[in-house]
Order: sequence, then structure tokens, then C-alpha cells
Amino acid sequence: MKRHLVSAADLTRDDALLILDTAEELAQLSGRAVKKLPTLRGRTVVNLFFEDSTRTKTSFEVAEKRLSADVINFSAKGSSVSKGESLKDTALTLQAMGADAVVIRHHASGAPARLAQSDWLHGSVINAGDGTHEHPTQALLDAFTMRRHLNPGLGQDLAGRRVTIVGDVLHSRVARSNVHLLTTLGAQVTFVAPPTLLPIGIENWPCEISYSLDSVLPKTDALMMLRVQRERMNAAFFPTEREYSRRYGLDGTRMAQLPGHAIVMHPGPMVRGMEITAEVADSPRCTVVEQVANGVSVRMAVLYLLLGGATLNDARTDSVETAQ
Amino acid sequence: MTTHQDSTPRPPHQVLDGTDIARVVTRIAHEIVERAKGAEDVVLLGIHTRGVHLARRLHGRLAQITGREIPLGTLDITMYRDDLRLKPARALEHTEIPPGGIDGKLVILVDDVLFSGRTIRAALDALNDIGRPRAVQLAVLVDRGHRELPIRADYVGKNLPTSLREAVQVRLSDSDGVDAVLVGDRDYTARSSQALASQPSEPHLPE
Repeated sequence: MKRHLVSAADLTRDDALLILDTAEELAQLSGRAVKKLPTLRGRTVVNLFFEDSTRTKTSFEVAEKRLSADVINFSAKGSSVSKGESLKDTALTLQAMGADAVVIRHHASGAPARLAQSDWLHGSVINAGDGTHEHPTQALLDAFTMRRHLNPGLGQDLAGRRVTIVGDVLHSRVARSNVHLLTTLGAQVTFVAPPTLLPIGIENWPCEISYSLDSVLPKTDALMMLRVQRERMNAAFFPTEREYSRRYGLDGTRMAQLPGHAIVMHPGPMVRGMEITAEVADSPRCTVVEQVANGVSVRMAVLYLLLGGATLNDARTDSVETAQ
Repeated sequence: MTTHQDSTPRPPHQVLDGTDIARVVTRIAHEIVERAKGAEDVVLLGIHTRGVHLARRLHGRLAQITGREIPLGTLDITMYRDDLRLKPARALEHTEIPPGGIDGKLVILVDDVLFSGRTIRAALDALNDIGRPRAVQLAVLVDRGHRELPIRADYVGKNLPTSLREAVQVRLSDSDGVDAVLVGDRDYTARSSQALASQPSEPHLPE
């Protein structure tokens, strides 16, 4: 494992499986009376959120607390960032306070990579979503959920499983991270979206593209619906919401075309009536709530593997230097 | 320049063979039944890696003696180790608590070698988070001394006085293909079984 988790593309197959297997062990913890491990005692983790987030931030916070880390929440609103402080100065401040890891969500793509490559911080940088770039822990929890349903067992990957990702791929960091990770794990990814919502250069991604949802459904093991990100839309990408919903939304009739074992996923937050109907969202095949629970286990695994052993902030031993 | 005879590492010599280990396991099983008055509420928990194999063997013997199935589980103490920060993060092993839990039970921890006592300290911490046993006891195949914590075993297969320069190696057929306990110089025996268990040298671990 590297020292940072910035992109799902940085993870080798072995890294990814190690995270998933560790998460599988840590998932047991949620069934216990004492849901806490002493592993990260004395480590300080800063949640640096420049963008609104409920589930990712809460999920990281729960994971950090279950591992006994000291958690500091730092949100852009009401902090010095709103007074005009730069990312660099914020990072230097956190370094001076002795942060062992920074979980960062930023509206600018590449902000976590900038932090990780700089020498502003000695701690690990974990990307919790940057602009329209990547969201690696979401991809890991999606892969974890898929593996549990489609190929359960420690050490198993997703070889040959077909994953269809539908919706606003252009603005989706979840789609970007997922295509990297799922390909690493051997799955075949198909994107379904209106041409206006596919990014330029997608033909170079390791995936297939389709413009028709109905033709892909029977060949799908896991169907992931993406939210249409209205807050990032500054142009007309499709005529009306109703038209989008009719062509690319998932309703009960479409769900019935999926193979019996297939699952329906959504990274949240769902917009019921837009990309997914209430009937599908409430059906037992929809894994949205399970994905949230798995998110805690996966983030615990990432935090443990990055911070649980020797880190740069400890004595700078050779083994750590080469571990990068 | 004089060369001391003991500066050349001795090859490891065997102190227990397969039949010795089988006898020891049988004896400990009888001791458990005797001291726990029939082993009514006993739960066996093997500590990874070789403690798990020993616990399974002990479980088999106890089933023969008592005619009942004794609950058997495994315990991974990685997250509770006090030397986590000395090495890169290690992969976790599987912790499996028997369905009946450990609350109010007599938990017997099973490990291969009792040395510094730090593994057992970590195991006690782990148990503390899992439940509240009536009592906790410790069974080990070999007690090699050199405790660094006030911990002692209740059932000992063999007391093996060693020097710190020596390494004790437990081999069990489940993981090493053969049953044996070897003692040799630390330099000669590449690693003791304890060092093996705590060193992330397996290929599936991050380097």
C-alpha cells in the first residue's frame, strides 16, 4: 500500500483485496457490544471538508472513532478558509497541529493529489471526493458490497462480473473511481448515459458505452444508478428531467429485466422519481443502506492499513521509506 | 584472536516430537477437565496462528474425554498489539467467537509459546471488548520464560528454560507439515515461531 489514498487507480489488485479482506474482518465489529478497537489510539485524523457531505463525513467519523483515533472536524464553512486562506496554509496549520492523516473533500479536482505530493503535510492523505475526479473509498465500498453478493469469500475478486453504471458519468467521481477499481478486480464495466453526460476521452477508459439502458439490463450483475448532479450542471445536458427519467431512470418494470441475482446500487443521495423510483429504492434488491454500513468497515480498513502500522510521523525507518 | 566455541550458531535440536506433542495435548485436556470440574462452561479460544491449531487438537481430545462438544473459537490480537507501530500494518486474521459468546464462561486461551507475555496481554484486552468471561485461563505448549509482564500459564505442555539468544520453533502439521518443537540459536534458526507470527513477511502483506 502507498502512504496515501488519492486515486483508485493507485491500488493494485493485491492492495484492493487486502483492503476488502481487512474490511470483511472489521465488519464483524458492528455486531459486538463494544464497537471499538484501540488500534489508532493517539493518532490524530483531520476531516477536512471543503464541500458539503453527510454520509461520507459521518462514515469516516464513525470509522475513525471505532479505531480510537482523535477526530478533528474541519469544515470550510465558519473556518479561516471562508476568510480566504489557501489550501497550502490550511495544510501547514494542520501539520503544525500534528495531524497523522487528513481526510479531504474538495470541490476542486486534484486538491488531494496536490496535498499528497506536497511536503506541506507528513501525514497520509485520504481522498474523500475531489470535484469530478475521484472518490476511492466509495469505489471500495461498492466493490465490497458487490463481492459480498456476487462472489463472497476472502481473497475473491470480481472476475467476469458485469457492472453497469447509469447516469451522470460526466460529473461523477464515483463512476471514475469505480471504473478503475472494478477493472483492477476483473469486472467488466458498462456506462449508460446520454452522450452529453459522458466525459470527453471516455473511449480511452477501460469500459464499454451504451446509450440504451433496456438492452444492457439482462446482461448485468450489478446495476449502479448515479444521481444527476444538478449543482454541477451549468448547461443544458438533456431536454427535460421527465425525458431523462423515462430513458435512464430505473423503475419496477426495468428492474424486472435484471437477472435474478443482480443487485441495484446507488452511492446516495438518491433523488426518488428522477433516476430511481420509490418502488426500486425500497425493494430488497436495492443495497443503498447496506452500502452505507459497508462504508464504515471499508474506511476502517483503509485507515488501519494506512495508519495502523509504522508511519512517517513515527521514527523514519527504512522500512517505511521503502513502503512508499 | 580466539574464537569462542559458542559464537558459531548451533543447529536447532528437537525437544518435543510428534508423539510428545500428542501426549502433552492429552494431558492438558485431562487437566482442564479436572480443574474445570467437567469442563461444563469451558470455551476454547486459539490465538493465531499455531494457537488455533493447538486449540483444535485440544478440542478434539476434550470431546473424546467429556463426550460433549466444547465451544471452539479463534482470536486475532493484531489490533491490540503493543508493537503495531514498529512495522507496516499487518493483515488481520479471522476472529471467530462461538455462537454462545463468552459471557459468564470459562475462557481458555491457547497459544504455542509463552515468552514475553505481550501476546497474552493483547488477548486479554481483546477479550475485554468481546464480553465478560467468568474466568480466563491460559494453556500453552511451551513456556520458555523471560516474561516481561506479570502473566503465567495455567496449563503448560513443557517448561523450556532458554536463553534470550535462543529461538524456540514450534512446528505443527497443520501449517508446517510436521509436529515438532525445536530450540536453536537465534542466528541459526532464521526466526522463532513468535517472530514469524509477528513479522509481515508473507507476500500478501503490504511492503
